Amino acid sequence: MNGDRAALLARVTEALRVPAPLHHEKPSKPATHSVTAPFREWLPPVGASPAEQVALFAKQSEVLRTEFLECPSPEAAAQHLGKLAQGHGWKRLAMHRGRLADTVAASLPGSLELLRIDGGYEKNALEACDAGLTECESLVAQTGSVCVTARSSGGRALSVLPPHHIVIASRGQMVPDLAAAYEHLAGKYGATYPSFISFISGPSRTGDIERILVLGAHGPKKLTVLLMP
Amino acid sequence: MISAPEPSTQFHTDADRTTADEPRRAAVRKALGNYKVARGKTESAFTSWEHARDAAAAIKYEGVNHLDKYLREFEEKFTARGGKVFWASNSAQAREYILGLARERGVKSIVKSKAMTSEEIHLNDALEKEGYAVVESDLGEFIQQLMHEPPYHFVFPCMHLKREEISALFERELGSAKTDSPEELTMIARRFMRRHYIDADMGISGGNFIVAETGMISITENEGNARLTTALPKIHVALIGIEKMVPKLADLALLLPMLATAGTGQHLTCYNSMYGGPRQPGELDGPEEFHVVLLDNHRTRLLADPEQRDALHCIRCGACLNVCPIFKNIGGHAYGTTYQGPIGSVITPHFRGLQDWKHLSGASSLCGACTEACPVKIDIHHHLLHNRRNAVQEQKVWWERLIWFGYVELMKRPWAFKIAMRLAPLGQKLHALVLGTRLDPVGAWTKTRAFPQAAAQSFHDYWQERKAARK
Repeated sequence: MNGDRAALLARVTEALRVPAPLHHEKPSKPATHSVTAPFREWLPPVGASPAEQVALFAKQSEVLRTEFLECPSPEAAAQHLGKLAQGHGWKRLAMHRGRLADTVAASLPGSLELLRIDGGYEKNALEACDAGLTECESLVAQTGSVCVTARSSGGRALSVLPPHHIVIASRGQMVPDLAAAYEHLAGKYGATYPSFISFISGPSRTGDIERILVLGAHGPKKLTVLLMP
Repeated sequence: MISAPEPSTQFHTDADRTTADEPRRAAVRKALGNYKVARGKTESAFTSWEHARDAAAAIKYEGVNHLDKYLREFEEKFTARGGKVFWASNSAQAREYILGLARERGVKSIVKSKAMTSEEIHLNDALEKEGYAVVESDLGEFIQQLMHEPPYHFVFPCMHLKREEISALFERELGSAKTDSPEELTMIARRFMRRHYIDADMGISGGNFIVAETGMISITENEGNARLTTALPKIHVALIGIEKMVPKLADLALLLPMLATAGTGQHLTCYNSMYGGPRQPGELDGPEEFHVVLLDNHRTRLLADPEQRDALHCIRCGACLNVCPIFKNIGGHAYGTTYQGPIGSVITPHFRGLQDWKHLSGASSLCGACTEACPVKIDIHHHLLHNRRNAVQEQKVWWERLIWFGYVELMKRPWAFKIAMRLAPLGQKLHALVLGTRLDPVGAWTKTRAFPQAAAQSFHDYWQERKAARK
């Protein structure tokens, strides 16, 4: 059963018989990229070099209240996580398997209990974790966003249910803008995209009460991005 | 039983009341003032916001003007990945489908993220009448649900409420302690909602964009409630208007930042998520079923009007409300519509009947701030004029025609015009006798304004006199 398909489509086709006038100028420049984007150059500027992009990501993170840290090694990242665990009194950390995630997990303090969710998880157990550690697809310099997918970042819930989301990324994952992030996904997955793709820009927030910013509405109250070489 | 008042009567009564509520207006004005500053800052970070608007309008133009082709493409791609598409011509069909699904799957509890389409079809009422517990998870929508009030603004649902009112509401409904901290109030809602995400077996969402190329829908939010709603329950239903179409996934690389900039002044909204099907093989969580309900509900009526078709480009950022001098004064509830403000005044007559809703086209100063603020270049204020014209053409008003007939006859005859000018001061003296009473023929004007004084001497007479004196 798919409802009123034929009737609805017929109404649409009938409605479109007369073309609509344009209220906008046709984009004046031709597309310069294969997947995107004649509009790329109208968006806020991003530096071309990796160093400029990392600097812009750091600046946007500050605005978004993301904790962003460059770590020289997996050990240094694990050390920082150890400090966070101690400071916030974490008991359990949920994570998924991955090359970067595993190298960091190997050096985590033994007192921190790990919940590995790759074989599935119990919702209440995941909700009870103090933090969730994921990898990502890319980091977007222009907007300070982390691109996660169901395939690369431990499914849909790991990056949103625990109150602190930690992202482990490598420098090579930095891309200038959203268009580049989509290009990367198209190149990697072709026609078999993961069922969930999300751009995360800072910790969860709301301004619904008197337009005053509050962090941690329903998703993570804190977001930490650790960038390794 | 009391019958509901005519929409135009309700509008005038409510607008009078809300306009007199000075403290509420001040609060709304302050919130929208902050929006203006934030938006200005973000907009100026663009290399060229104006070019970006053209590009965004071009994307939506393509999607809307080839809607049949893209709807088919979306359906094909989406179903190939295990999603189910339901085509709903009207609200009854959409409601029935979702209810049927809930019945068939033995659903007990439902969690919802923000969807204006569900307000449009009164989905919550229908579900609750059948005994399903439905919880709105967006903080603003949750507050409005507890208030038993529709959203005040389709982006900021409870912007008209003060923290004391919300605290009192939570005390009464949730038994929480009194507080004047927005943070503490948010945490009360967060704690309350967590259980619902985990226990619910159906999650209902709206959608900001439909992507034809990859068979996905995209949801923009700040709170993470839509992500939880679409991650944990075993069934996900997205209710979305057919006009939300964009051709390509990469089009979102432009539209997402523009939606955020125009909507709230953010560079990018906190979570922009694209959903292409239920849980896929090899993925470790996500719903077993994903249904997309494509809603027409008279959108094709607007589509069939080429002059105003661009009103379907709307990405519901709410910018036109935020800058509208009428909205700032009368507030969101006076409109009596699902979609408030200038864009609501344009589209509601198409969705719900021109004659019943034509008064909204008059609720405008035609200043054009809405058109200027629109990120996808909808010609909003001209469409208000088009609606006025269409309403009169469709149903002529006899006394207006009589007045125009008299006016034309008068203007054609200089001698008659001259007499009328001479009589004007006298007429005004007589007018004074009925001023303020129900017999006043221009009562609608004089109720709130002074009527201009007719000059004792016409300009024509003055000119003749001056010429004569010079000779």
